[in-house]
Amino acid sequence: MAKLLAVTIIIIAIGSAIPIVGHYWEAPANVSTHGHLIDDQMSDTMVETGICFLVSQIILAVFIWKYANRGREHRIGRLPGGALGLVILAFLVVGSEVIALGVLGTHAWAEVYFKPPGPNAMPVQVQAGQFAFYFRYPGPDGVFGPIHPDMISEATENFFGLDTTHDAASKDDIVTAEMDIPINREIHLLMHSKDLGHSFFVPAMRIQQDFVPGLDLSLHFTADKIGRYEIVCTQLCGLGHYNMKAYLSVLSPDDFDKWLKQEAALQ
Amino acid sequence: MHNMPADPTLHHAPPQGFIRKYIFSIDHKVIGKQYYALGLVAVVTGMVLSWIMRVHLGWTNARIPGVGFFTPAGAPGGLMTPELYLQIMTMHATLMVFFVLTVAPFAAYGNFFLPIQVGAEDMPFPHINMMSFWVTLVAFCVLVSSFFVGDGPTLAGWTSYAPLSAVGAAAGPGQGTGQVLWAVSIAIFCVGQLLGSLNFIPTTLDLRAKGMTFSRMPYTVWAWFITSLMGLTAFAVLMPACVLLILDHVAGTSFFVASNLVVNDQLVPHAGGSTLLWQHLFWFFGHPEVYIAIVPGMGIVSHVLSTNLRRPLLSYKVVIGSMLTIAFLSYMVYGHHMFVSGMNPVSSLAFSFPTLIITIPATIIVLIWLGSIYKSRLRINSASLFALGFISMFISGGISGFFLAQPTIDIMLHATYFVVGHFHLVMAVAAIFGIFAGTYFWFPKMFGRMLDERLGKIHFWLTFVGAYCIFMPFHYLGFAANVRRYQAFVDDYTVHLIPVHRFITIAALATGAAQFIFLYNIIHSRFWGKPAPENPWEATSLEWTIPSPPPFDNFGGKHPIVTHDAYQYGVDGPDGKDYVMQDAPEGIAPQAPAES
Amino acid sequence: MPVDVREATKSIAIPRLGASGHDRPPRLNANDGRLRTLQEGSPPPSSTAIWVGIAAISMTFAALTSAMIVRQGSGMDWQRLSLPNILFLNTVILIASSVTLEMFRHKWSPAGKAPAPSDPTTLWLYVTVVLGVFFVAGQYIAWKKLQAEGLYLASNPSSSFFYLLTAAHAVHVLGGLGGLLYIAARLRRATLYTSTLNVATKYWHFMDVLWVYLLVLLWAKL
Repeated sequence: MAKLLAVTIIIIAIGSAIPIVGHYWEAPANVSTHGHLIDDQMSDTMVETGICFLVSQIILAVFIWKYANRGREHRIGRLPGGALGLVILAFLVVGSEVIALGVLGTHAWAEVYFKPPGPNAMPVQVQAGQFAFYFRYPGPDGVFGPIHPDMISEATENFFGLDTTHDAASKDDIVTAEMDIPINREIHLLMHSKDLGHSFFVPAMRIQQDFVPGLDLSLHFTADKIGRYEIVCTQLCGLGHYNMKAYLSVLSPDDFDKWLKQEAALQ
Repeated sequence: MHNMPADPTLHHAPPQGFIRKYIFSIDHKVIGKQYYALGLVAVVTGMVLSWIMRVHLGWTNARIPGVGFFTPAGAPGGLMTPELYLQIMTMHATLMVFFVLTVAPFAAYGNFFLPIQVGAEDMPFPHINMMSFWVTLVAFCVLVSSFFVGDGPTLAGWTSYAPLSAVGAAAGPGQGTGQVLWAVSIAIFCVGQLLGSLNFIPTTLDLRAKGMTFSRMPYTVWAWFITSLMGLTAFAVLMPACVLLILDHVAGTSFFVASNLVVNDQLVPHAGGSTLLWQHLFWFFGHPEVYIAIVPGMGIVSHVLSTNLRRPLLSYKVVIGSMLTIAFLSYMVYGHHMFVSGMNPVSSLAFSFPTLIITIPATIIVLIWLGSIYKSRLRINSASLFALGFISMFISGGISGFFLAQPTIDIMLHATYFVVGHFHLVMAVAAIFGIFAGTYFWFPKMFGRMLDERLGKIHFWLTFVGAYCIFMPFHYLGFAANVRRYQAFVDDYTVHLIPVHRFITIAALATGAAQFIFLYNIIHSRFWGKPAPENPWEATSLEWTIPSPPPFDNFGGKHPIVTHDAYQYGVDGPDGKDYVMQDAPEGIAPQAPAES
Repeated sequence: MPVDVREATKSIAIPRLGASGHDRPPRLNANDGRLRTLQEGSPPPSSTAIWVGIAAISMTFAALTSAMIVRQGSGMDWQRLSLPNILFLNTVILIASSVTLEMFRHKWSPAGKAPAPSDPTTLWLYVTVVLGVFFVAGQYIAWKKLQAEGLYLASNPSSSFFYLLTAAHAVHVLGGLGGLLYIAARLRRATLYTSTLNVATKYWHFMDVLWVYLLVLLWAKL
């Protein structure tokens, strides 16, 4: 039975690695300028952890195979290096991985979170609420009008609670159900929650960030491939959480201008 | 002048009558068994709930007969509603994390064996100990009652994030009474566990028998001691957090609810609260909690493995030191649950370093286990199989944690099935394997009967292979950005993953069915198993020096005197045995064995 | 009568063997742990347990303190609260009750001889209980005063924390009063252990320390 267990462990270990090495199920391809940093970090981690995983499971299997059911005639032996050797090994191996990945990872994190958006970044606001995302563009004046929570109404489709009668800045705001952006232009995404915790995840764009009611957070990113990508909510927000999604379309600058004009006309 | 009695040496008379013996018992062994029974009821309930979830995820439009029974909100025609899925998910997780993974390895086995392994007659405060079980049971009943009230249990997940959990019924079904009942239940649970710590810690520090120094305590004693220290701080923080949540619900306060929120087209009357405050309080508890779930398992595996390797582990001090380091670091890592939560990104980096570093003591323990198998005399039985299985599962689960410890990678893996795969491997599998290993090892001592070995091995094989079939694919789903806590997969980019979900569902149902072999084994053997000798595993610690099952006062009125450490295996012992009991009479000094 | 195991086993010398069994020669050393084992004079478990309890209660109030600090920073709606003056009188009463409790405990001889139930020393115990009751009543008066100003639990985050912290403390004080009454009952039946009295006393003094901490916190932050 010990030999069977050893073989089973090895089969499971190698079998587990096959879908990863064979790229069976992968995230949508990266379409952002910063995404390669994340993808590189991910592959580095996969290689290092993959080796540790395989090596340790195989050692477990080999030891079970070799040392099970040995009788009194076999001497109890001590691993060369003993406990101290293993402690040193752990510090060296894990320590070097921690330094490599932890320190390198700081750079990628900084790119996303510590660098402020450039002066030319296009502001777009996204509001999350049970169970939809709505987007707002500031219009020609470049200013977002104030939100009046008491005026928010699904019924009248005043999703942002804008008072276009009294607030000049709100008059030219463009509210949409889909987020379209021009390619190769940095986007400054302002995140606002209407009611509860939600999260903004665009796998293809390699961005994910929670909405925090009461805090106005923001993200910035640049898309480098035209296409249509999904935005999904990843913070449990109620029964419609699974269906809370929107589309992010990356267009050529001309197509984007056309689209924005169309949407402005519909306000 | 009156002479007051001297301080009591712990001594109580044998219980009389059925109620005193089996219901309201102050005997730590009965309390341990009661906790185990509670854990069993909770795990079967939680497992059935998970089957319902899995069937629904694989076949979203399938009608599941009887599923509407759970809540008055019902499921029309057996077709699960999205809210019912989330409610079942919440209850599954709450039951498992609290009433299985804290109760079974810590409260059940700790209560039964901690006093015996240190050589004591009972815990120092048996009535408080009894109360800790009954309080926990009340918490369980309150939790389960939420199925039967109003529009059912809360759907906010076991993490119950505010404001969803704090704004009340407007946020959705179950967010009224169901949510309050959840918070009340968990607050009561915390009190129950604190009462437990009140016994565990003094038992370990003050009731050890003569000669039972700290370095002679079995690994399991250290594990329960460290766990009860963690529980002390963790549960004492979750309890006030739940109180604050309840107040936001029923008293109109605004601890967690920010201003200007509009739920269901209505302005919420709360203002000024902090959303992230709940997350900080919860995870300050939540991270130590998962180590509370795993550390006893590490102790059990170390203990069971030493016995079945017929040699001590390579270094007792290193294993204990690593467990202590893990417990200490566990307080500094909780923010890794909040990397993309909106907290200061600098904090995210700050939390990621201790998270990566905690890998080191965990790796050391795994390496010590592996290194101890080298040139040992490994015995294969159900207990050792589950101990070895634990090692394999813990390696797998621990390695997936290494991805999640990096905030950059967490951008892609947060709230995906990768996280679900990681924590199921370490908690639902490894920690449960620890419970199984403990059961197969200690059942003879607890009940005086042997479990059926053949059934135990079949149970191991089906569970080991089955668990990998269930939870390894979760990681692939996570890499493919499959988001968690969804009742159905309607996004374009996840449609191709549904066959994977179906495979997982079938594996889950099969593995779940295999657990009935275990249930049958323990129930059948309890009454009709082969009578167990005092020391069936040729083990050395004090529980194996007393009859199976032990008398009410453990050591029959005698006080054991400990002369050896707990892992004298592979030595030239008395009577030609290869081991020396911890209380072997002084004067039998084992020869150092020949070593290669 | 329980056997005095300490006496019975004093003569046994215990050789100590290497912890992992095989890699060090045996050393002759009675024990290597800093704490002594039961039969060698370890402290009564209740004195450990009270510290466990104090640690748990401290963690709870630490959590509430951090909640208060975070909440103060999160919303713009914090309104400073002026503490009712009676709180300071209550503080004096509570500290006085600790003094009277110590006066009772001090008369308790460590050798195990206790005052007879009719001894005037027992009066100090009852005075402590009465002062404790006055403290709780005084807290109730403080709440009433706030309510007269229109400040209830949900009126403002500052009042929320005021009621929450003082109520949580008062609940623990009531528990302590229960403990003192238990002491009194045991005393009348001449079955009171020294360790029980020490535990109740430590707990009661901790209520003082906790209250002073809360008072300073409320005064500074509220």
